[in-house]
Amino acid sequence: MAESASVDSAAKLAIRREAGMGITVWRWVGTAALIAVAVVLPFAISNYHVFELTQVMIYAIAVLGLNILTGYNGQISLGHGGFFAAGAYTAAILMHRYGVPYWATLAPAALVCFALGMLFGVPALRFEGPYLALVTLAMAVAMPQLLKYFDDWTGGKQGLVLVKPMPPPELGLDRDRWLYFFVLVILLVAIRLAANVLNGRTGRAFVAIRDHPIAAAAMGINTARYKTLAFGASTLFTGVAGALAAIVIGFVAPESFTLFLSLSFLIGSAVGGIATISGAIIGGFFIEFVPNVANDVSDAAPWAIYGLTLLLFMYVMPRGVVGTIGPWLAPAMQQFRSARRAAK
Amino acid sequence: MRAKQMIVAGLCAAGLMLAGNAVYAAGQYGPGVTDTEIKIGNTNPYSGPASSYGINGKVHAAYFNMINEKGGINGRKINYITRDDSYSPPKTVELVRQMVEQDKVFLLFATLGTPSNMAIHGYLNENKVPQLFVATGADQWNDPKHFPWTMMWLPSYGIESRIYANYILKNFPNGKIAVLYQNDDYGKDYLNGLRAGLGDKAAKMIVATQSYETTDPTVDQQVVALQGSGADVLLTAAIPKFAAQTVRKVYDIGWKPTHLLNSVGNSVGLVMKPAGLEKGVGIISAAHVKDPTDPQWQNTPEYKEWLAFMNSHGLSGSTTDVQAAIGYSYAQTLVEVLRMCGDNLTRENVMKQAASLHNFKLPMLLPGITLNTSPDDFDPIKQMQLQKFDGTTWQLFGDVISRSGT
Amino acid sequence: MHQLLQQIFSGLAAGAVYASLALALVMIYRATDLVNFAQGEMAMFSTYIAWTLVNAEVPFWAAFVITLAVSFVGGMLIERIVIRPVENAPILTMVVVTIGLLLIFNATAGWIYSYTLQEFPSPFPDRTLFGALMTTRDVGVIAVTLVMLVALFCFFRFTATGLAMRAAAQNPESARLCGVRVGRMLALGWGFAAAIGAVAGIMVAPVLFLDPNMMGGVLLYAFTAALLGGITSPVGAVVGGLIVGVTENLVGTYLIASQLKLTVALILIIIVLVFRPNGLFGTAVVRRV
Repeated sequence: MAESASVDSAAKLAIRREAGMGITVWRWVGTAALIAVAVVLPFAISNYHVFELTQVMIYAIAVLGLNILTGYNGQISLGHGGFFAAGAYTAAILMHRYGVPYWATLAPAALVCFALGMLFGVPALRFEGPYLALVTLAMAVAMPQLLKYFDDWTGGKQGLVLVKPMPPPELGLDRDRWLYFFVLVILLVAIRLAANVLNGRTGRAFVAIRDHPIAAAAMGINTARYKTLAFGASTLFTGVAGALAAIVIGFVAPESFTLFLSLSFLIGSAVGGIATISGAIIGGFFIEFVPNVANDVSDAAPWAIYGLTLLLFMYVMPRGVVGTIGPWLAPAMQQFRSARRAAK
Repeated sequence: MRAKQMIVAGLCAAGLMLAGNAVYAAGQYGPGVTDTEIKIGNTNPYSGPASSYGINGKVHAAYFNMINEKGGINGRKINYITRDDSYSPPKTVELVRQMVEQDKVFLLFATLGTPSNMAIHGYLNENKVPQLFVATGADQWNDPKHFPWTMMWLPSYGIESRIYANYILKNFPNGKIAVLYQNDDYGKDYLNGLRAGLGDKAAKMIVATQSYETTDPTVDQQVVALQGSGADVLLTAAIPKFAAQTVRKVYDIGWKPTHLLNSVGNSVGLVMKPAGLEKGVGIISAAHVKDPTDPQWQNTPEYKEWLAFMNSHGLSGSTTDVQAAIGYSYAQTLVEVLRMCGDNLTRENVMKQAASLHNFKLPMLLPGITLNTSPDDFDPIKQMQLQKFDGTTWQLFGDVISRSGT
Repeated sequence: MHQLLQQIFSGLAAGAVYASLALALVMIYRATDLVNFAQGEMAMFSTYIAWTLVNAEVPFWAAFVITLAVSFVGGMLIERIVIRPVENAPILTMVVVTIGLLLIFNATAGWIYSYTLQEFPSPFPDRTLFGALMTTRDVGVIAVTLVMLVALFCFFRFTATGLAMRAAAQNPESARLCGVRVGRMLALGWGFAAAIGAVAGIMVAPVLFLDPNMMGGVLLYAFTAALLGGITSPVGAVVGGLIVGVTENLVGTYLIASQLKLTVALILIIIVLVFRPNGLFGTAVVRRV
């Protein structure tokens, strides 16, 4: 029994390491510390910085969605800005037209985007590589056009101005901090959900399909179902992020969701580490702060600085921050655990 | 005892009042203002699809530098903070919050773009920060009752299209109109303004509309489709690049409608010349600003002064761009309003002074066009003049037309 | 009927514009298995170089040749300096690197040349042909695109270098074993693609007018065209470009309002791709398991 248990756990461990995952004691400690910092931080910084951090978390959720699809399942998507927009407008229309309270718009946004993703996933099965990129690109390009066309619903080019949520009075928080915690909770839920899915059978199926689709099919994995599921799961996350963005900014317009937004998510994904969960948060930081920093560095050509920073990140850490540091960290952790187990 | 306490209280109160006044004797200051500096905030699309408007911000910065070199306004230098929002409303919100909450600017000036301004005007009005002279021509910004901190500057696109509507009704009452417009708020405002100006005749007279995106490489398809509708009047609401393509294509396919071209797209140097000067003969437009590439202004002192300013401040690459003349005029308006505030530099007073402009002239505006505001009217420029292109220059004709459109 | 012909011819003219950039995309893909998102901006930058030369009184054709040479060398340098270090990185990393290049070129052009619209001279006179259906410049674009197509086709089919390049792209290890200098082939591929892009930009600028965002929209269409035709086929790129141009025009005029024409055109193209997932002229990649 002990024999098979150790084989089982060693195999599990190997698979998890392969896919870039792995829960250790240090991970729990680290995560708890990060959460503690995240909870205390908003009280130590100004409203504006709280607002910025809220944006970071929203982008992190969106990039997490992209990581599921492109990182774990290997299907490239240039269209996640479009799904972000779908979530944002679902929330906006519900709030603006039907007076739905902001917290109740998340579930419909998630459902709508999940359905859209599954719908997209079906034709996407036919395509690979640059062809898949084109199909998803169509989504990013079509979204603004459709949003402007159906202007009775979407407010068209004028956009929709939304009433910003008031925090519940008992908590004594101002609006910025309330929204920060609201988004933080959603982010933690999203991470937990993603971790559960990706560390389980579904996640292993995703990775198997990414690395060796033929072998995966030969082993009995229904590639069509899992690829479509990956799409749906991915767009669900990004759609929820979009809904949160609509709530926090208080305004949606087609100009908010250009092709560059889709490219930004891709950039965030690559910089953080595409087949990781924590990388999404790093990606969120990159997308939010580097343009501002670039603006301070160079008045004349900030996007050139952004581009150069991007190139630098890709040279030094081609697999993203977490993707490069993780595999360096993992063997060290592994050694520690083996030493502990040997000492027992 | 009570009397003594009351006397002491009264003396303290008097003392505080005097002390307060002593502090303010130097001037009343809102946030972002000191004895030596006034901080102004601005967002502009310096990159992305709307980057052709970025020159506005550059011209403002250069003009304020020039004013600072001459000693500033009432002894205070302007600290102009401008940031790139790439025409993306979420970014605009973030940058404006940064400028108000972190940089603590005194006011927001000439923030550009309708969606960008829509995203921030709730926040700015809520926090009582002036959103002064927004750089957009949408009609909705003139609403002092609901948005007392937001003021326009440009004549709205709606005013301009109503001028065209009246011109059409007078000269082509049975005309068939085709409209080419940019598929965003700016273009749609022209179409809606035209419809409003034509009244009940709109449905009958407008026979075809086509729109384009700024990411479209050409507008040939749209122009050809509009010709196919059999229209004999064409209204084009396009930015320079597409206006130039339209002017050229209309000529090349042998279509000869009465062509009305919007003010954003009527620059001689940026539109008429690239399209081919002979192809634009007969085109009618409205304007409120002098086109720097128009030969008729080349020898005027106002143009020479503007040109000297552009060349001495590193902007010689944009001396063909009418947006640069517009940005110059914006900056001059702000300088005047700040000057009018004297030492009473509170946000309330800025809005009050901005709402008291009376026949204020600017050198790069067409002769006869002045700025006028009142507490009920936050649209400083309501006049334009019609002009016709003769192959070399825009010949102004008729009188200066006011908002009522006569 | 006249309207239909007009739209078709306009579509062909626009399609040639897309096709010319699509050829550059195909070139890079064949040489390096990578879609280069920066292709449009590189072409635009080359065009600005040509514009600077022309403004400095250099005769047009001399400026043309110099720009081609500079772009060729520039392309090779970019491959060596920017792409080579991340050669073995995951595909997404390389895609993101090309996006970074896109941003750098666009911002630098805007900084040096400002965003003001500029005119660009055309070697072809400004006249209309076939009873106003087309201008000589449009015909010029089509002609030059076809010449480039033939040149590319012959290069890959009939020259030793072309063969070596194809081998290096498909199987670098085996190619090395056969004596092919894989690194040099990759650099050559980028150089050629940059040169093709420069030609595309120079041909297109008189028609579209020159500004830093000139190629932004074109890249999207060129990408679609290249994929529709088959990302590995130069003939496909040109045919794809022409089809995209004409389809878009017809869709916008007859099928749906111009506000949705890009969306509908893309949907139609995707439907075509569903039936031919490797494009019209592309070859299916057979992978050994």
